[in-house]
Amino acid sequence: MLEQLEGSRAVARTVAMCRPEVIPAYPISPQTHIVEALSAMVKDGELSPCEFVNVESEYAAMSVAIGASATGARTYTATASQGLLYMAEALYNASGLGLPIVMTIANRAIGAPINIWNDHSDSMSQRDSGWIQLYVESNQEAVDMHVLAFRLAEELSLPVMVCMDGFILTHAYERIDLPSAQQVDGFLPAYEPRQVLDPAEPVTIGAMVGPEAFMEVKYLAHVKQLQALELIPELSAELTRTLGREQHGLMREYRCEDAETIVVALGSVLGTIEDAIDELRERGVRIGAIGIKAFRPFPLEALRGAIGQATRVVVIEKALALGIGGIVAQNVRNAIAPSSAQVCTVIAGLGGRPITTSSLCGLFEDAVADRLGAMTFLDLNTELVERELERTRSARRSGPHAENMLRDVGAIAAGPV
Amino acid sequence: MSSRPIKFYQVGSHAAGNRLLDPELLSVAADPNRSNSITKGHRACQGCGEALGARYALDAAMRATDGQLIAANATGCLEVFSTPYPESSWQMPWLHSLFGNAPAVASGIAAALKAKGRSDVRVVGQGGDGGTVDIGLACLSGMFERNDDVLYICYDNEAYMNTGVQRSGSTPPAARTMTTQAVGSEPGNPFGQGKNLPLIAMAHEIPYVATATVADLRDLEAKVERAMGMRGARYLHILVTCPLGWSSAAGETIKVARLATETGLFPVFEAIDGEVSAVSKIRHLRPVEEYLELQGRYRHLFQPERRVDVLAHIQAIADRNIARYGLL
Amino acid sequence: MFQVRIHGRGGQGVVTAAELLSLAAFEEGRHAQAFPSFGSERTGAPVVAFCRIDDHEIRTREPVSEPDALIIQDPTLLHQVDLFGGLRPDGYVLINSVRSFDELGLGQWVGGFRHERLLTVPASDIAREHVGQARPNAALLGGLAAFTGIVSVDSVLVAIRARFPERLAAGNAAAAEACFAFVEREIEAPAHA
Repeated sequence: MLEQLEGSRAVARTVAMCRPEVIPAYPISPQTHIVEALSAMVKDGELSPCEFVNVESEYAAMSVAIGASATGARTYTATASQGLLYMAEALYNASGLGLPIVMTIANRAIGAPINIWNDHSDSMSQRDSGWIQLYVESNQEAVDMHVLAFRLAEELSLPVMVCMDGFILTHAYERIDLPSAQQVDGFLPAYEPRQVLDPAEPVTIGAMVGPEAFMEVKYLAHVKQLQALELIPELSAELTRTLGREQHGLMREYRCEDAETIVVALGSVLGTIEDAIDELRERGVRIGAIGIKAFRPFPLEALRGAIGQATRVVVIEKALALGIGGIVAQNVRNAIAPSSAQVCTVIAGLGGRPITTSSLCGLFEDAVADRLGAMTFLDLNTELVERELERTRSARRSGPHAENMLRDVGAIAAGPV
Repeated sequence: MSSRPIKFYQVGSHAAGNRLLDPELLSVAADPNRSNSITKGHRACQGCGEALGARYALDAAMRATDGQLIAANATGCLEVFSTPYPESSWQMPWLHSLFGNAPAVASGIAAALKAKGRSDVRVVGQGGDGGTVDIGLACLSGMFERNDDVLYICYDNEAYMNTGVQRSGSTPPAARTMTTQAVGSEPGNPFGQGKNLPLIAMAHEIPYVATATVADLRDLEAKVERAMGMRGARYLHILVTCPLGWSSAAGETIKVARLATETGLFPVFEAIDGEVSAVSKIRHLRPVEEYLELQGRYRHLFQPERRVDVLAHIQAIADRNIARYGLL
Repeated sequence: MFQVRIHGRGGQGVVTAAELLSLAAFEEGRHAQAFPSFGSERTGAPVVAFCRIDDHEIRTREPVSEPDALIIQDPTLLHQVDLFGGLRPDGYVLINSVRSFDELGLGQWVGGFRHERLLTVPASDIAREHVGQARPNAALLGGLAAFTGIVSVDSVLVAIRARFPERLAAGNAAAAEACFAFVEREIEAPAHA
C-alpha cells in the first residue's frame, strides 16, 4: 500500500511484518527512529509475541541476539558506525555460529573525528566478518530487502546486514509501497533452525575447534556465503512475483547495454548517478551504471558479465582503505581481471559530504575524456589540505588536524572568546 | 541407655553421614539418577574447584527445573576444559559465545523463551571471575537492571586462570599472579583494589544474591535450588579453589575453600532484594595464616621472611568481614 | 521538479514542515521527497530541510542547491547564514516576519529577483493566534500553497491532520488556512518589497 513516510518508519513497519520474536536495541544516530518505532509496536501489542530488550551497549545487543537466535527466535537489531565496531567481536561470533540474525546498518562514518553523517566506512570495516552484506539505494528497496534478508538468512543459516544510508535514507520522507502482512507471510515462513538450544535435544554450541578442523570450518563458511550468489537471485525473483515489483538480485544495471564507460556504486548515491547518466546520455555519451546490491558475497562473475566490453569503469565509493585506496574498486578489479579496462577509483561523500549531480557530471566528463586519474577524491578542498600540511611542516606542536581545519573553514571560533 | 541427637556434618556423597539422611535432604550429587549435566571426560586439572562447583550447581539446577534448563557459558576454564575438540562433556543445551557477553547471551535466551511462551524452560549464565567481574561486568549489570530471568553463576578462582594465571578484579590483595608477581617492595596484588561482585549485585537490588564455596556443597546445592525457585535476575558467587593458580595441593581443594570461610576472608551469605537475609556463621574461627600457608601464591608472605605487616593487613580484612556480616 | 528549501532553527518544526509539504504533494498523487540537513539534535541551532516535488520518481538525493522556493521560518537567521544561495531567478521567497523586505535590510538584495515572488508574512503571530504558540511551520505552508500553488491548501490541511495528533491538528490547520488567506489577499493587493 502506497504511503508517504519516513524511511526508518517504513523499515520498522516492514521488520514488524517479518514477525521478529526478539529485538535487542541500543540507540545510535541515525538508526534510532527504527528501534523507537519497533519499541512502540511491541509495547502496545501490535507486534506480538516479541521481546524488546533495551540493552546496555551494542556489544550486548548482538550478544542478546546471539542467545535469542540460538534458542530458535527470529531476531533483529539495528546499529551504525561506532556501534557496529563495538559489537565487532560478536559479529564474527554470530556468523561463525551460523545464526540468521538480520541487522539494519544505518550507514554512518566512523571517528575519530566524530561524525554522525553518512558514509560506508562502518559496514565496509566489517565486510570480512562473515555476514552477508546488502546495500539499498532507496527506501522502497530498503523495505523490500529486509523481507528478503530474513528469508535469505534463515535458508543459509547466516546473518545478514541490510545497509541503508544514514540520514539520507533513514530520515527521508518519501513515497513507499509497503507490502501487506499477507505478502510477507507468504514469502517468509516461520523460522526453522538448523540448530537450537532445546532441553528435549541438548546440543553443545560454540565449542573450541583446533588446528585439526579450523581450516575446514572456515572453508565451509566461505562456501556457504558463495551459495548466496545463487540464492539471492532466486529469492529476488520470487519476491518480485510476491510483491509485483521488480527486485534486482545481486545488482542492477542502468543503461549499460552499449556503454563504454560504466559507473559502479553502492547505496543511495545511485539515484543521483542515474540523473547524471541521463544528462550525459542526452549528449550522446555512452555511459551506464551498475548498482551493486550484494557486496558480500561479492558477485565476481555477475559483475564481470555486466561490465562486459566497457573500456572504462569508474567506481564511486563512500569509504576508503587508508594507506591503499578504494575498497569496492579492489573488489571490482578482481571481478574483471585480466581485462584491460581502466578502473578509476573515486572517493566521494565521506562523512556526509553531499554528492551533487553537477559534480558527477563533471567527473563523468573527465572520465570519458581520459582525464581521470587512478584515484580521485571528489570535491576535495585542496587549499584546505595544503594549508594544514604546511602547518605540520612548520611546527612540531601543530595541533589537532580536524580542529585546525574546522577553524579554517570557519566552522568554529577563530580564537579565544 | 538414653538417646542423644547426633549431628553429622554433610561432606559429600561418599561420606557415611549422607546415607543416613532423609531422602529429601540428600544432595543431588548423591542421586544416581542425577543429570550429570557436565559429565566425566572433561579435561579439568586434578583437584579443580570449578569442575566440582559446576557439577554440583548445574545438577542442582537441573533437578530444580526438571531438566528444563539452558546454559550460556563465558570463555574460560570451564568452557575450555568441558569442550575440547572434538568432544563435549555437556549433556544439557549449552552455548558458548564470547568472553564478555555470557550474561547478555543468557538474557537473549531468556527473551526468546519468553517470546515463545516457554516459561517452563529456565536459563543459567555462567563464567569465571574474569568473564564476570571484569570484561563481563557491563553485560552483567544490564542483565541485573532489566531483571532478566537468569541465574548467573560466577566461579571465582580469583584470577584469569585459563590464560596462565593473570590478575583479575577478583584477585585478593598480596596474591601472586603472573601480572602481580611476588617481587619488589610490595609483592603480589596491591591492597586497596578489587571489586566485590556480591555487593555490586546487591546494589542492583535483584531478587537473590548468594555466595557459596566448594567446601559446603550441600549449601551450594540448596542455594541453587532456592534461586531456581525464584524468577528474575539472580546471582550466585562461588569460591572455587584452583590448585594450579593458587599453588595448593590438589587433594586440599575443599580444605582450602573451607579455610577461606573459617577465617572470614570469604563471607558466605544470602541477600534478598539487596539486603543480607542469611549468613553462614563461622564454626571454628581460624587465623588467616592457616589459609594462606596452604597456597604457594602467598608463599612470599612467609619466605624468605615472615611479612608480619602484610599478614596483619589481611587479618584486618577478615576481621572487617566478620564484623560487617556478623560471621561469628 | 519543484524544489523547496526551508530554513529555521531547531525546535521550530522545520523538518516537520518539509514532511508536511511532501505529504500534501503525496495527497495529490505526486512524488515528493523531504529530508533534513542534520546536526546533532539541539534546539536553537540553524536547521535546513528540503522538499522536492515531481510527477515521476525522484532519484537524486543531494541537498537542494537551486531552490524554486524558499521558506524562512526565523528571520534572525538573515545576515547570519547564507539563506538565499542558489535561489532561481524566478524563485519564491516567503519570510516569516511582520516587517517588509526593506525593513529587514534586504532592499538591495531583491534586485535580481521577481518582486511579486518575494513576500513576508506574520506567520508566528498567526500561529500564536490559532495554535497558542509561535511555531510558524504549518502556517507558512498554507502561505506557500497560496503563493506558489505547488500544492492546494486542502492538501496541506489533509497533511496536517494526518501528521499531528488531534489536539494540535485543529489549531495548525486553522493557522494554515489563515495564512493562506493572508497571502491570497497580499497577492491581489501587494503591499510588500
